[in-house]
Amino acid sequence: MFNFKKKQQLESVEVSGQVAALPPESMYDEKDNVVVRLVSHRKNKKPYQITGIEDVSAKNNWKAWLYLGPVIVLIAVFLIYPLINTIFIAFTENYQYASGTFDGFTINNFGVILGLTPTSTGAFESNFTRYAIPNTFIIVFVTVPCSTALALIISVALNSIKWFQKVLQTIFFLPYVTNAIAIGMVFSVIFDKNGIINYLFNSDITWIYGADPKIAMIPLCIYIVWSSIPFKILVFLSGLQGIDKQYYQAAQIDSCSKAKTLWKITVPLLSPQILYILVTSFIGAFKEYTSVVGLFDGPGTMGTNGDPNMETIVFYIYERLSQQTSLAAAAAVFLFVIILLFTLLQFIVSKSRVHY
Amino acid sequence: MLENVKKLFKVKSKEIENPYPEFKLETDNIVLSIEEAGRTVDSIKRQEMVTKIISTIFVYIFIVALALAFVFPFYWMVITSLKQRTEIIATEQTFFPTIVMWSNYVYVFQVFDFGTFMFNTIVVAIFSTIGTLLTTIFAAFAFARLKFKGRESLFMVFLMTMMIPGEMMVISNYVTVASFGWVGEGQTLIEAYLCMIVPFWISVFYIYLLRQNFKQIPNELYLAAKVDGKSDWSFLWRVMVPLAMPTLISITILKFMGTWNSYVWPNLVTQEDSFKLISNGLRDSTFVDADSGQTEYGYQTAATMLVTVPLFLLFIFFRKYIMRGVGRAGIKG
Repeated sequence: MFNFKKKQQLESVEVSGQVAALPPESMYDEKDNVVVRLVSHRKNKKPYQITGIEDVSAKNNWKAWLYLGPVIVLIAVFLIYPLINTIFIAFTENYQYASGTFDGFTINNFGVILGLTPTSTGAFESNFTRYAIPNTFIIVFVTVPCSTALALIISVALNSIKWFQKVLQTIFFLPYVTNAIAIGMVFSVIFDKNGIINYLFNSDITWIYGADPKIAMIPLCIYIVWSSIPFKILVFLSGLQGIDKQYYQAAQIDSCSKAKTLWKITVPLLSPQILYILVTSFIGAFKEYTSVVGLFDGPGTMGTNGDPNMETIVFYIYERLSQQTSLAAAAAVFLFVIILLFTLLQFIVSKSRVHY
Repeated sequence: MLENVKKLFKVKSKEIENPYPEFKLETDNIVLSIEEAGRTVDSIKRQEMVTKIISTIFVYIFIVALALAFVFPFYWMVITSLKQRTEIIATEQTFFPTIVMWSNYVYVFQVFDFGTFMFNTIVVAIFSTIGTLLTTIFAAFAFARLKFKGRESLFMVFLMTMMIPGEMMVISNYVTVASFGWVGEGQTLIEAYLCMIVPFWISVFYIYLLRQNFKQIPNELYLAAKVDGKSDWSFLWRVMVPLAMPTLISITILKFMGTWNSYVWPNLVTQEDSFKLISNGLRDSTFVDADSGQTEYGYQTAATMLVTVPLFLLFIFFRKYIMRGVGRAGIKG
């Protein structure tokens, strides 16, 4: 069990933060943070005994909590408490963030944002169901499959080439190192009515300012795909470089076609990365906000004060934050539940599909 | 027929009958020519070579075309920032400015208070990065090296918080900083900074990243330091932190970029425009021509250039760390 060493091999030991010299003529060993001294009771004709000098793990116990202290305080204040508090606010009426007062508990907030119950003024709130939910779902179900598929193809192509691989990889990474607002504004110039896109395709479509929301969705989705691809390529490439070349040699010997090799070897072996990318990008797409601000300078195609026809769920949350905190909280809880359901669903589906 | 194919050949002055009549064997230097479906090995090899070259060319065309599409917005940003307004909205679009308008930048420096926003952003970035690094190092050390009751379950709780969307937190964090008295009428610059710094002193993801890194450091080093009488504290700073430097640099740069790009939270918690960060400054500045009421795209794009260029410089110098830090995320879910 223990491999006792002479004093020379184990000179000193730290006891309660101080270095203590070990008494001579004893034998010591260290195992699982316990320094053990061998005590001979030969003279009394008693059997050997093992006595622990210091249980380091017991000492580490409070020390570890000291190291974790700052993080635990911050997580409690800025992560755990807000989570509980937001759910709490979602069930209160007219929560005032400045004073912390509210007019009792209600579940009407969810009814109000979903347009089922009238607000206190008697009118129905329609922005959430009319704009925020459909827009968010369009963004999610258009951009996530498009960008994932495109990123996969680009990564496979990048992985198969020899020259300029690093240069091209860096170019494809560039959209990651940009300011979302700044490049959103550049896209609004590109898609301007007198901009380069209309000029190149010889069309006369209003894409951004004053556009039909259905048409305005196109530049928005292109922008989101463009900006979300770099991260995916990086993850896929690191996954591809980890795949054993033997699989491809075997496929070559069996004279598999390129498409079949991609579908039968690359995709299954890349499935952990694909799952990771799908989970994170679904969550990211549900929270799309800055791209709308960058592109449209407001919640809709008419700018800051127009109809919020390009609003997303998160946009709705931020808009109501200070004036209608309860509604914002209800929308946030709604988003949280949707994201949670989607993540769970993906993990359930992936159980049979992902190979580790 | 068979007689034609069947030949005798000599090996070491011994006559052997060709055991494989379907192969044509010539005697002198033993030239073996194998045919399949009427084609020789050489012709098959040549054909495979040609298909390989053609497919490689196609892959390059495809990937270079996509790469050009990817950099196009950047190119367009650069040239638009140097164009005149009339040229930007002209019916004939030009791919290079006819008159290079450096004056766009001069104008932007007058309207867009770049210096103030830049200063705010750097101050917030520095202090939130220092705080994050400290809390991350301590927590990762405790999780990777120290033994205490409930370590694994606490770490699971930490990981679970990564699943919560940030938007859930924003509402209550707003309430929290308001209750600290950092938001509201008469907000000072320091209070605005505190709002933008303190809530971002934690990142569970970075703790996870650094813990993995710390765990790779062999246990023998820890025991050796213990035997030498080093305390945990000095072991952390003298051994662990230097060994994990690449990860720490990655975290620092990603954190810096995060601050540079943050828009929502600073927009919410700052009372005055001069307290805001660079993204807010960019989006809130109006580049509208006073006479026509139309957006001055030249000025606007020049301003976006000013916001984008520092990020690009950072990327050029720290490309390795940025790409590794981002890529590390995907190695194992």
